[in-house]
Amino acid sequence: MTEKINENGKTKIRVEDFNLFYGKFQALQHITIEIPGNRITSIIGPSGCGKSTFIRSFNRMNELIPGVRTEGRILLDDKNIFDIDPVELRKQVGMVFQRPNPFPKTIFENIAFGPRAHGIRDRRILEEIVEKSLKQAVLWDEVKDNLNKSGLALSGGQQQRLCIARALAVEPEVILMDEPASALDPIATLKIEELIQQLKEKYTIVIVTHNMQQAARASDYTLFFNMAENRAGYLVESGKTTDIFTNPKNELTEQYISGRFG
Amino acid sequence: MAREIFEKKIKQIQDEILLLGSMVEQAALDSVAAFKNRDVQNAKNIIEDDQNINDKRFAIENAILILMATQQPLAHDLRLLSAMLLVANELERMGDYAKGIARNTVRLGIVDIPIPYRDIEKMSELAVGMLHRSLSAFVKEDIKMAVAIPPEDDEVDNLFNKCYRTIVNGMIANPATIDDASLLLWIVHDLERFSDRVINICERTVFIKSGEMMEMGASDEEMDELDGED
Repeated sequence: MTEKINENGKTKIRVEDFNLFYGKFQALQHITIEIPGNRITSIIGPSGCGKSTFIRSFNRMNELIPGVRTEGRILLDDKNIFDIDPVELRKQVGMVFQRPNPFPKTIFENIAFGPRAHGIRDRRILEEIVEKSLKQAVLWDEVKDNLNKSGLALSGGQQQRLCIARALAVEPEVILMDEPASALDPIATLKIEELIQQLKEKYTIVIVTHNMQQAARASDYTLFFNMAENRAGYLVESGKTTDIFTNPKNELTEQYISGRFG
Repeated sequence: MAREIFEKKIKQIQDEILLLGSMVEQAALDSVAAFKNRDVQNAKNIIEDDQNINDKRFAIENAILILMATQQPLAHDLRLLSAMLLVANELERMGDYAKGIARNTVRLGIVDIPIPYRDIEKMSELAVGMLHRSLSAFVKEDIKMAVAIPPEDDEVDNLFNKCYRTIVNGMIANPATIDDASLLLWIVHDLERFSDRVINICERTVFIKSGEMMEMGASDEEMDELDGED
C-alpha cells in the first residue's frame, strides 16, 4: 500500500516498505511513501523517531555508519538508489545540515569544491557556477566583492546559505535539509525559508524540522513520524501541510502538533 | 507543562463567551418586554447597555489574538480559537438586534393596528432558548446537541411569516399607520435574524470538533440582503 500525497502527480522519490536497522535495533519500520517532485515536504515528529535517519537514507549517508542494514526499496525517478554509485547519488541528492559547516576555505572555494571533485577544472566555468549558485542561494549580493574571504567569516545565516549554495553547485535534483534553520535567528530563518520556496521551482526539497510553525509556513506536504513501542520510527500520517496543521486525521498527529507529547 | 496555562486561558475565554451570551440573551428578552410594555425608559437603557456587549466582545477578541500570537495553536486548538472569534462576533451582532428592537420601541408612536404581541414574545423565547443551548453545545463541543438546534429555526420563521402577514394586513387596512407599523416589521425581522445567527454558532461547534465547514441554514449572503441598518 502506497501513501499518496502528491497532487501534481510527479513522484521524485518512492519509498517502498523501507526498514532500517542499527545492528539489532530497528530505527525505521515499514515506511512506504511517495515524495512529490518540485515540492517541499517536511518531516516532523518527536526526537528519536528516525526523521534524520530517514532522509539520510535518501543519499545513503547511513551506510557510513557501521552495522547499518536496510530492507525495502527507495527509488529516485524509478531507479533503485542502492543500484546507483553513492558518489553519483550524492551529486543528485544534496544535503544541508543543522549547523552551517562551511569548509575552512574561501567563499569561492567552498562552492567550487563540489564541481571540482566532479572533474570541472576550467576556471571560467567554475566562476560561472560559483556566481550562479550564490545567486540561487540569495547570497551573491552580500559576498560578491569578498569571494576570497573565508567562509567562516560570514554570519550564521550567511554560512547556512553558503552551504545551500555549495549543495546547489553540483546541480542536484533533490536537496535534503536536516533542521537547516534551528541554529539561526528569526530573520535568518525567514530568509532560509524564503529561499527554500524559490528553490522548489527547480528542486525537490525534503526538510526535517522540530519547528512546527516552520513546517506549516514553509512546506507543501508534511509527514508525521512517531516512535513505536519497540522505539522504531514509523510514518503515522502524511498529507498536505494545510490539512495536517488544521485538521489532522490521526489522533497522535493532533496530540503531537498541539504540544501534548514529544 | 505549557499546555496547562494554555488550557486555563482557553477555559477563561469560554467562560467570557458564556457571559457575553447571557448578556445578549437578557438584552433580547428585555427589549421585547420593553416593546410589549411600551417602556421607553427601559428601551433606552438597553440601547445604552449595548456598549457593554460591544466592549466584552472586543475584550474576548483581544484575549484570543494574544493567545494565538503567544501559543501558536494548531489543529483542534486553532479551530477552537478561530471559532470563538467568530462566535464572539455573532453574539455582538445579536446584541445589535436587541438594540434595534429597543430603538424601534423608542421610535414607535401609536399604531392603530392589531399587534401580534404574543407571537413576537414567542419568537424571542424560542430564539433565546436556541441561543442558550447552542452556547452549551459550543463549549461542550457536543455535535449531536448542536445539530439538533437549527431545525427549530423553522418555527421562528413560521412565526415571522405569521407576524409579517398580520402587520402588512393591518397596514393595508389602515395606510395612515404605515410609518409606525413598518417599525414593527423591523422588530420581527430582528428576532428572525437573531435565531439565524444561532445556526452559525451551531455550525462552528461542528467545525471545532470535525474540521468540517457545514452550512446548516440559509446562507448568510441571502440573509444579509434582507438586513438593513440595525
